[in-house]
Amino acid sequence: MTTYIIRRLILAVIVLFLVSLFVFLAMRLLPGDPVLMYMSASSVQEITEEQLDEVRHQFGLDKTLPMQYFDWITGVFRGDLGRSILNRSPVIQEILRRLPITFHLGVLAFIIAIVIGIPAGVLCAVRRGGWLDNFVTTLANIGITVPVFWLGIILIYVFALYFRWLPVMGYTSPFENFWLSTKQIIMPVFCLALGPIAGNARQARSSMLEVIRKDYIRTAWSKGLRERAIIMKHALKNGMMPVVTLSGMGVGTILGGAVLIEQVFNIPGMGRLAVTSVMNQDYPYVQAVALIMAISIVFSNLLVDISYGWFDPRVHYD
Amino acid sequence: MSEEANLGPATIENVRHAKELRLFFRVFLNRGVVVFGMVIILLFIIAAIFAPWLAPYNPDKIDMNNSLLQPGKAHWLGTDSLGRDTFSRTIYGTRVSMLIGLVVVVLSAIVGMALGLIAGYFGGWTRAVVMRLIDTLMAFPMILLALLIASLLGGGMNNVVMALAFAMVPIYARLMCGQVMSVKENDYILAGRSMGASHIRIMFRHLAPNCFPPLIVMMTMMLGTTILAEAGLSFLGIGVQAPTPTWGNMVNDGRQYLLTNPVLSFAPGLAIMLMVYAFNMVGDGLRDALDPQLRGVI
Repeated sequence: MTTYIIRRLILAVIVLFLVSLFVFLAMRLLPGDPVLMYMSASSVQEITEEQLDEVRHQFGLDKTLPMQYFDWITGVFRGDLGRSILNRSPVIQEILRRLPITFHLGVLAFIIAIVIGIPAGVLCAVRRGGWLDNFVTTLANIGITVPVFWLGIILIYVFALYFRWLPVMGYTSPFENFWLSTKQIIMPVFCLALGPIAGNARQARSSMLEVIRKDYIRTAWSKGLRERAIIMKHALKNGMMPVVTLSGMGVGTILGGAVLIEQVFNIPGMGRLAVTSVMNQDYPYVQAVALIMAISIVFSNLLVDISYGWFDPRVHYD
Repeated sequence: MSEEANLGPATIENVRHAKELRLFFRVFLNRGVVVFGMVIILLFIIAAIFAPWLAPYNPDKIDMNNSLLQPGKAHWLGTDSLGRDTFSRTIYGTRVSMLIGLVVVVLSAIVGMALGLIAGYFGGWTRAVVMRLIDTLMAFPMILLALLIASLLGGGMNNVVMALAFAMVPIYARLMCGQVMSVKENDYILAGRSMGASHIRIMFRHLAPNCFPPLIVMMTMMLGTTILAEAGLSFLGIGVQAPTPTWGNMVNDGRQYLLTNPVLSFAPGLAIMLMVYAFNMVGDGLRDALDPQLRGVI
């Protein structure tokens, strides 16, 4: 078990290194010279070659690529993510302001996806072919096909513009005004959660169906156990492994959804930052957002892997 | 089977094939939603190919005198802020979604399968390296990865295709690698090796065809995912550029007029959903039909 965890950790570190390398190199390949962009952003009219060199030196862009990477990554470890090209403000400040917002929405969506999705899927499997099964399965199939940004717009139309029950868009910290904050996040959280809810329900259903056919379940029935005990104690534990994996992957879905949904609901989180900074070619921001999202996903995958080994003692690292 | 093989086994083979095929279609077309999906896809294909004949108006024709009309007799789904016919634009939007979906799926499947094939067949270090690269790419939300690459390459149809294909490659590579690793344990692979077949021959003649069924299901499903991702990109304004009508940018354009003309956003979004749903249902049907257990072969 310990070796399994250690090996998983080593793999995660390797992937994190590759992720950082990818983010670093991708941004160096961006079209346009960042120095020129910086100079024009700071509205310098006549730029001499010396001035360019000076700024290059200032940003460390005159060093070799490996040295630049080294400078950047040591900076990242110190919490220094560079400065914005557009307004020169430290990237980390903006990130610290936006990260809690996306975290707030994302964690809620993640929890809702598990709390609603998994029981729905299990219920479907237990009552296979019944009206509930058909209803939930149809809903789940639709749930994984809805374009989230479009769903957001429809919700805005129905609940904010037509019925006027909820505010159209925006974000308020729950510590500032809890009631307003909650009203504002209902629609975006629902949009973020819908895909994972549907995914969890589908996965829980199909893996429960698989388990229910197994011999040990028949044995449990023939022992005369009650259905509740069979489902809760025998089937659920064995059927949940793929569901755990899929829930872990939900983190990626939610973060990807945030890129679109924060745009729809005008929420100043990480996803919106990704879009605006890509548009502005403000590469330190793009780097930071990509890096942080990737790190969260790598860590959630690591947690899934470790919990896998913990839930199922048969799992061995190959 | 070689040319001079006698007729007997070949005919038996054919009969078996025909029987398999009949079983395949029986399971495949057994469920109503699958048939529904097939019909929807067929309709979309017709709409994409015959758009110029089906669309009542030129999708790009600006007519400021008739801007923001409500749905009516002349314009079934009304007109947008530039007076362009929403129904015509939605029909033309099918082209972009279909084309990008198909090209991206084929491109990424070819590259991904080749990577997975090599990684799974040779194993060891090759596999370790390829798998770590896949892990790296999969650490980014797909839309973010596509967004990054699209911004590296710039807008335009070709670049969106490249960005999306790049973002999808790891999914196929991982699936293919797993498939190859289980299929290569079969005795016929060992037999092939001991008869002196080359690595290339084994990979393409023996391994790849036997790894196919789940990949076909995956490709069908990924058509839907790709179409969703493309719509997301063009919703963000990074995909195919205006004035080319895409469902994604139509949804975005319509947002401003949500209160007065909700149909501008609703119609293209519904089209996206219908298309993705259809591909997913057909993918589900294919999975059932390709599963020997469900088909009743075993």
